[in-house]
Amino acid sequence: MKAPNDFWHFDKDISGCGVFGVIDKKRKLIPGTMPIDAMCTMHDRGNGLGGGFAAYGIYPEHADLYAFHLMCDDQAGLDRAEEIIKQYFDIKISEPIPTRKVLAITESPLMWRFFLSPKADRPKWQDVGEDDYVVNIVMHINNRVPGAFVFSSGKNMGAFKGVGFPEDIADFFRLDEYSGYMWTGHNRFPTNTPGWWGGAHPFTLLDWAIVHNGEISSYGINRRYLCQHDYECNMMTDTEVVAYLLDLLIRKHGLSHEMACKVFAPPFWDEIERMPKEEREAYEALRMVYGPAMLNGPFAILVTDSNGMMGLNDRVKLRPLVIGEKDDMVFMSSEESSIREVCRELDRVWAPKAGEPVIVKLED
Amino acid sequence: MLFKPISQNFSDFVIDRENDRCINCEVCVRQCSYEAHYWDDARQCVSHDHTKCVGCHRCEAFCPTGCLTIKKNPADFRDNALWTPTYMKHVYKQGDTGGILLSGMGSPADKPIYWDNLQLDASQVTNPSIDPLREPMELTTYLGSKPDKVSFEETSDGPKLTTKIGPQLKLNYPLMFSAMSFGSINLNLHKAMAMAATELGIAYNTGEGGLHPDLYKYGNNTIVQVASGRFGVHKDYLNAGSAVEIKIGQGAKPGIGGHLPGEKIDEEVSKTRMCPVGSDAISPAPHHDIYSIEDLLQLIYAIKESTEYKVPVSVKIAAVHNAPAIASGIVRAGADIVVIDGFRGGTGAAPTMIRDNVGIPMELALAAVDNRLRDEGIRNHASLVVAGGIRCSADAIKAIALGADAIYIGTAALVSVGCTLCGRCYTGKCPWGIATNEARLKKRQNPEVAAKRLANLVRAWGHEIQEMLGGMGLNSIESLRGNRDKLRGLGLNETELDILGVKHAGR
Repeated sequence: MKAPNDFWHFDKDISGCGVFGVIDKKRKLIPGTMPIDAMCTMHDRGNGLGGGFAAYGIYPEHADLYAFHLMCDDQAGLDRAEEIIKQYFDIKISEPIPTRKVLAITESPLMWRFFLSPKADRPKWQDVGEDDYVVNIVMHINNRVPGAFVFSSGKNMGAFKGVGFPEDIADFFRLDEYSGYMWTGHNRFPTNTPGWWGGAHPFTLLDWAIVHNGEISSYGINRRYLCQHDYECNMMTDTEVVAYLLDLLIRKHGLSHEMACKVFAPPFWDEIERMPKEEREAYEALRMVYGPAMLNGPFAILVTDSNGMMGLNDRVKLRPLVIGEKDDMVFMSSEESSIREVCRELDRVWAPKAGEPVIVKLED
Repeated sequence: MLFKPISQNFSDFVIDRENDRCINCEVCVRQCSYEAHYWDDARQCVSHDHTKCVGCHRCEAFCPTGCLTIKKNPADFRDNALWTPTYMKHVYKQGDTGGILLSGMGSPADKPIYWDNLQLDASQVTNPSIDPLREPMELTTYLGSKPDKVSFEETSDGPKLTTKIGPQLKLNYPLMFSAMSFGSINLNLHKAMAMAATELGIAYNTGEGGLHPDLYKYGNNTIVQVASGRFGVHKDYLNAGSAVEIKIGQGAKPGIGGHLPGEKIDEEVSKTRMCPVGSDAISPAPHHDIYSIEDLLQLIYAIKESTEYKVPVSVKIAAVHNAPAIASGIVRAGADIVVIDGFRGGTGAAPTMIRDNVGIPMELALAAVDNRLRDEGIRNHASLVVAGGIRCSADAIKAIALGADAIYIGTAALVSVGCTLCGRCYTGKCPWGIATNEARLKKRQNPEVAAKRLANLVRAWGHEIQEMLGGMGLNSIESLRGNRDKLRGLGLNETELDILGVKHAGR
């Protein structure tokens, strides 16, 4: 799409972070207390200005409906968003997201959730797939509807996030009452005071969720590349580009998770030169074509979707990432201590190499 | 009437000879191809004529006792903000000759140089800077059309590419030697560029004068140019290089063709250009088979057909007002590389009025073209190369941050082998042995020595680019390409910032 006027004039938050993820490959349910305890251990990796969780398998009774989580400045914002949602979806359930009063959190947006199915007779975007249809509406609300923000839009999953330490956010959203087969958590250390709940991690789109520790120095070009492919970055954070890039590379361009990771953290040219011919051609093409989508700068990211979890470091490993395994469970974290806190005895612990993805698929 | 033309009374330079130190060795006499120095038989000593001095500093550099200094003529006209000496001297010359004023090299006019108003970023605390002495720092660049997406087949031996990628020109540095024709500069320098480009793993451009048979062996690092005069163009020539460039325009003289004076056309130039010895080689202003964009498409595909789609085809235009729309048309016409040449680009000869007044700064054209191609979703269909007045690695890296894939360096390359920008290339008497085909002058350039200096220059810039890139926390050039977040403007107005797509420093 054409870049909007003043597209170049943007601000971006900078932050350091702690990340944690756990998955049970056989979809056994893990109580919310586990990721909460793990994140508590990494309290010092944040500064109380951002915390959040993504949980999969938490809405089994509505597994075929899109679960939209909204944060709104006020009732008017929610009303405006609902007006749009009504045009495009059949609303099956509309309810507040359960929260409790927490001492540490004095001000919070209005939290609401909808369980939705797309209208059979679409008013717009008749010719696109259902995924794109949903993405378009999410983008429309987030970019064009003042005072309302959709921060979770997948099926049988949900994101919970806000301004505060992760343990306070968990308390606020009553996450101890949820159970899911896969969780990620995030603790944020922004260098300024954004104060906007939408800026916390995880970032989600459909059933994708991303938690990220790092600063993407290539943000400026990643953002322009995405704009060329009709994604408008407006959340003032570089993590957003990871979410959109994954959507573009995996869902739209059909790359495998592995190859998408190689776009983000490609092999060095001198490694490519030493590869056998066919592999060399593949990686040369990958780097030529997806150079603007490469994530340059320090990062450790955890990416989850309905197929499983993926952990990835930048290609010179400038941020920590540790993997732990215990039976059917796999843990990924910034610190081994947080894994040991929730699972003392592990079968295997290792630090993945720079740029080498760790991909854990659900066994179905 | 004055006994000599009025234009000669007010010389640009004066030759300051310390007579105490002059040993009358006549080195200056032999070095000066303009005969500013001479043996004065009557006085039995070396003497000089200020009016013939072009300010090339050759004599100064070679004087064994260091007795010579070339200075700007301190004779002042009465101060006048409008009628500066430059304009008065122009008028004197034209009163003498009735001709068009000619100039060599890029415009020296005092007009905005945006590189000087752009500052780069560096990492502090929140992301680590990367040290190129300890970590890989990648500058490899591929020029050519890229598909929108690629697909792979998973095999037991790893991924296998199932998308066909068009021909690419691989560069180890995002730098190339700009088009300077054989004829405008001599074979020694063409050979030097070819050798340096080969050693560096980059490319040099033949310019519009064809390719000398001795240089075919450097084809993998050669871009062969096709210009409106079609000098030296034939099937073997097109297939000799690793890319073909169609030259539509040149930054120093947009809208007009080229003129290589007959004096510069010796036997070798004549054979290579396929034109008679001693006759002027004139390139027409337009290509007479390209009167519109659809004609350009035909030429692009004629070249692709004759090279069997094995090399990328480039189209070079001068940076003019509508460059974004023109560039968009060029990409849609099938070009794999678009070159934008800014108004500061060098030349062997250009009408002074055109050089100094036609065209726009490359910085603005580059930003606007990159924006337009992205807005239209076709930026990946062609690589964007820029030329015209890149003085140092910082200029080059800023161009990349604005959106360029690679940079042509011409003037900087010549300066590295001794050019002093005296701007008299069109006389064919270059005392530094660069823009001349006179046997006694051209031998002043040794191809091996010149190649080493050219390679040194590119390596030095490469190191500097790596340092700056690492400082920004990036370890690959593609993460800077078009990443204008790494630039900030200094003292630029809102319109300029908007065109360049950069924020002002402090924001």
